[in-house]
Amino acid sequence: MALSQVDAPIYEALRRLRRMRVVPFDVPGHKRGRGNMELTEFLGEDCMNVDVNSMKPLDNLCHPVSVIRDAEMLAAQAFGAANVFFMVGGTTSAVQSMIMYACKEGDKIIMPRNVHRSAINALILTGAVPVYVDPDVNRQLGIALGMSVAQVEQAIKDNPDAKAIMVNNPTYYGICSDLKRITELAHEHGMLVLVDEAHGTHFYFGEGFPTTAMAAGADLSSVSMHKSGGSLTQSSFLLMGERINSDYMRQIVNLTQTTSASYLLLSSLDISRKRLALSGREIFAQTVEMAEYARDEINGIGGYYAYSKELVNGDSIFDFDVSKLSVYTLPIGLAGIEVYDLLRDEYDIQIEFGDIGNILAYVSVGDRKRDIERLISALAEIKRRFGKTETGMLTQEYINPIVAEAPRKAFYAQKRSLPLSEAAGNVCSEFVMCYPPGIPILAPGELITPEIIKYIRYAKEKGCQMTGTEDINIERLNVLV
Amino acid sequence: MELWFTERHTPNVKFSIKVDHQLYSGNSEFQRIDVFDSKEFGRFLTLDGYMMLTEKDEFIYHEMITHVPMAVHPDPKNILVIGAGDGGVLRELTRYSSVENIDLVEIDELVVEVSKKFLPTTACRFDDPRVHVYYEDGVKFIRRCEDKYDVIIVDSTDPFGPGEGLFTKEFYGSCFKALREDGIMVNQHESPFYDEDAAAMQRSHKRIVESFPISRVYQAHIPTYPSGHWLFGFASKRYHPTKDYNAAKWSMLGIRTRYYNTQLHVGSFALPNYVEELLKDVE
Repeated sequence: MALSQVDAPIYEALRRLRRMRVVPFDVPGHKRGRGNMELTEFLGEDCMNVDVNSMKPLDNLCHPVSVIRDAEMLAAQAFGAANVFFMVGGTTSAVQSMIMYACKEGDKIIMPRNVHRSAINALILTGAVPVYVDPDVNRQLGIALGMSVAQVEQAIKDNPDAKAIMVNNPTYYGICSDLKRITELAHEHGMLVLVDEAHGTHFYFGEGFPTTAMAAGADLSSVSMHKSGGSLTQSSFLLMGERINSDYMRQIVNLTQTTSASYLLLSSLDISRKRLALSGREIFAQTVEMAEYARDEINGIGGYYAYSKELVNGDSIFDFDVSKLSVYTLPIGLAGIEVYDLLRDEYDIQIEFGDIGNILAYVSVGDRKRDIERLISALAEIKRRFGKTETGMLTQEYINPIVAEAPRKAFYAQKRSLPLSEAAGNVCSEFVMCYPPGIPILAPGELITPEIIKYIRYAKEKGCQMTGTEDINIERLNVLV
Repeated sequence: MELWFTERHTPNVKFSIKVDHQLYSGNSEFQRIDVFDSKEFGRFLTLDGYMMLTEKDEFIYHEMITHVPMAVHPDPKNILVIGAGDGGVLRELTRYSSVENIDLVEIDELVVEVSKKFLPTTACRFDDPRVHVYYEDGVKFIRRCEDKYDVIIVDSTDPFGPGEGLFTKEFYGSCFKALREDGIMVNQHESPFYDEDAAAMQRSHKRIVESFPISRVYQAHIPTYPSGHWLFGFASKRYHPTKDYNAAKWSMLGIRTRYYNTQLHVGSFALPNYVEELLKDVE
């Protein structure tokens, strides 16, 4: 019988298995939870019951031939992709697989510098060499935008031997590049197009959103189903276009993927795909309605700027994802990270992230109108109670890096540790970033400048959660000898 | 045949009332609304299965949440009521001839409709010309108000469900902003007795203490609420609930009450030691 989007093969196989009451003499050793009652009480019996290992009725993620293959086929249909893989190592593993597929050691890949650390990690793993396109920057908001078509064109011209182009679409803040034009350009020059669509799951199912990677003709895309798609944390999809050899891709994925993929994650992907395919349109219409409402109300408070499509400039902001609730906070005299902290510490509201000038509140179908009202009121209260004048606020958010060495070479090179104050002028061998959003301020192989040191100090002072360095306190940096 | 309404007060304690018959059951956008009739308590209203009021004991709650702030404020003219779709607070407020305006903000229009139809003892003053009803989320309504009201009465449901926004710091902060410089806010403050209720009570007390210079708590005995021992919060920008209280002046108004009186006003602020301790823990 032909499968359709109402089916969820992995989920159904797990339900069948539960009814069979098979006696487990295999892993996991908790044996449906009976061997670890405290955990079972915490997570629930139903959850422990389906935490099982690959077996004939459940297929095997490393080599899918039955229910997982069927589920992947349904996902491919839903996303308009030629093939889809279920990923259990987060979108990070999908991004790394894309790059490892496209590039071997020494191959060039064109990418914006404001990629997620997972992309640069993949460069360290493969030894591919990045050709960075500096993203356009909005000076007022201090955020990196998309890549302009002209810059991509120039990068292709300068590097005709590059194997692939990677695009962030949308960015964390909701900004999209002209994906269709960039894809055409790349394909004209025989390059693959890799899209980090971590924040764009909903583009595939909602109405009126920016173009998706698959619709734009891109070759590969990494989709964080667990972000706007509703699946469990760490579950993700790797989408493939017609040009991709999915059997070779499976070998690439299997280089680093676990051989004991969690069926909790797999079933969550399967059920979430079904849900979005059947009712994604209404789900995301509601999400957008809530985000638009919040945006209007927040802009009504005064001071804050919740931005949207008015930023669109036809190039580096080709489109904007209106489900994103990004708010510029500097006019009330508070850094984004300070508003982020106040929301949590004073008002018990946890938002996605705050950076120097902005906050991002993640809105989804799980939100209730009354919670949106709380967020808006808390922002109004923060302005009333903590608002200051804007003077003395650092606005610069994105600093164009100076690349001195390929990331892999720098990461594995001889290095020494220097205090932050003495590090300027050296080449860094490690990452420095605020998490979230996890976009490096410094990546391995980049020159440390006084401007960057100043930025790191300011971000630390404002309370950003900094990560990436060997020194857990970020007081010292590893630099090349 | 026996038909009983049962509410779980804790996972291990239940409270039941024998129902004579059910008058209404319906679902609004926000909650399930039921009205029952009973021999012991008369008609009673429940929201999502939680007791809101009974005809027999509602006077205690409505008198205590209304007359305490109205008797402390020397000249309350402009009043805001949040929640209170059953009309009980309006009934008490409209007895003050000095009041010029009452804004009532209720999120659920169906509660008002059902109350008007089935609960005439409380929903009896909606047609007073001073009353203006807004069907809106209280959190949203108050965000836009500044330096406007003399008294705000927060007659909320519980700190979960549609009323949970009314127990938040952003809401109490907005109330502070919405009050005039000598304004008073009174709120339904949960019970100190059962652990979970006590924790909710402490949480809201902490948030009010952080938002207002004067913050006291008073009590009443309400038989149909969990444990029967119920608290109200009195938060104020200027007036102290007992030191600035003019009992003689209130008595002159000639308002007849069944529970509230001027001695009880002062006495209700004297709390059991364990309650004082719970409050001090978060002050």
